[in-house]
Amino acid sequence: MLWLGSTRAMRHGSAMGATGLAADGKGARVALNDAACQRGGRLLFAGVGFALAPGEAALVAGPNGIGKSSLLRMICGLLPVYAGTVAVEGMVALADERLALDMDRPLGRALGFWAALDGRPSSGVAEALEAMALASLADVPVRMLSTGQRKRAVLARTIASGAAIWLLDEPANGLDIASIVLLADAVAQHLAAGGIVIAASHQPLPWAATVSLTLARPRERAEP
Amino acid sequence: MPVIFVLMVATLVPFALGPDPRLLSATGGGMLWVAALLAALLPVDRLIEPDLDSGLIDQLVVRGMRDDTVMAAKLAAHWLNFGPPLLVALLPAAALLQLPGEVLLRLELSLLIGTPGLAALALMTAALTAGLKGSSALSGLLVLPLAVPLLIFGAGSLGVESGAALKLLAASALVLVAIAPFAAGAAMRAGRE
Repeated sequence: MLWLGSTRAMRHGSAMGATGLAADGKGARVALNDAACQRGGRLLFAGVGFALAPGEAALVAGPNGIGKSSLLRMICGLLPVYAGTVAVEGMVALADERLALDMDRPLGRALGFWAALDGRPSSGVAEALEAMALASLADVPVRMLSTGQRKRAVLARTIASGAAIWLLDEPANGLDIASIVLLADAVAQHLAAGGIVIAASHQPLPWAATVSLTLARPRERAEP
Repeated sequence: MPVIFVLMVATLVPFALGPDPRLLSATGGGMLWVAALLAALLPVDRLIEPDLDSGLIDQLVVRGMRDDTVMAAKLAAHWLNFGPPLLVALLPAAALLQLPGEVLLRLELSLLIGTPGLAALALMTAALTAGLKGSSALSGLLVLPLAVPLLIFGAGSLGVESGAALKLLAASALVLVAIAPFAAGAAMRAGRE
């Protein structure tokens, strides 16, 4: 009860900044302070706080429906910050379960749409396809891809975006063992280049996280 | 798709009303306005929902684009997709209904002014009903009362003294076009929470 009142008073909204940092992510930063998220009148989580500097990774764990995806959506500005502060500096790329690719286009050109929008060279798409072992599927229409291939396409879109901050929602879902190794390599490379990775998953992920966070339901509110 | 729809209406009306040229030319303009209104509504359930479902709109917003900007682009795209083809389809449709040349001219003018308003209405309802069950039926119910002023002024401008009706049509279309991106953007934001 008490904390709810106090967090409300601290509400500053998110300080989103698409400041157009370089792809190497120098100076990227994510800092959450006592952040809370409310959806549909229900408090999902409260008091979440962590800070990430370039080269650091966070792993958000917790059971289904606890608000892992909502936390990621809050960080990238798709959901309002209910209480506390969320400060993000640097370009953000969100990789959730949705493909956001034109189903009828070949994979390479569908990824090229986003690369062009992000102002990235088309060679970035080829590299991202290579990194996710999708190069041989570049000419295949997106709708023909299997579940795992679609997940890899989402990851390739994230890699090709050149964003400093990756928000990965269940990145290992539907991936086979070889693809999980590819994912781990891509994340390691991104972190080594000074990027930030925040991953939400209910299963262990194959990279070392600087911050490990387990979301839990806050105490029920007394009044209805 | 809207073009075929308008041509179908223009083909069917003479069968229903009989081939009397005077009756057809008197009612044809109004009929074509109704057809244009319904043609604007045809793609409502495919206008926003697929992009919302696939996460495309969220990805654009994550990249720092405003919902309002995305919706303004959608509005322009929707109008380009049905407005100009509709104006072209009016030529054969007017021939089928034996409309006099001056009525056809007024019809083209009023639809040129009115179709952006119709597109704005379709966009707003598509944004409001995206993700709902039975959204196409619901959006029809939502749009029809709102489209009545456009229809009245649009069909009214087909008469001889058409200046005032055209101005009112332009005013209503302008208001709709001006508020549509913001209203649809607000609907996107509300739907996200």
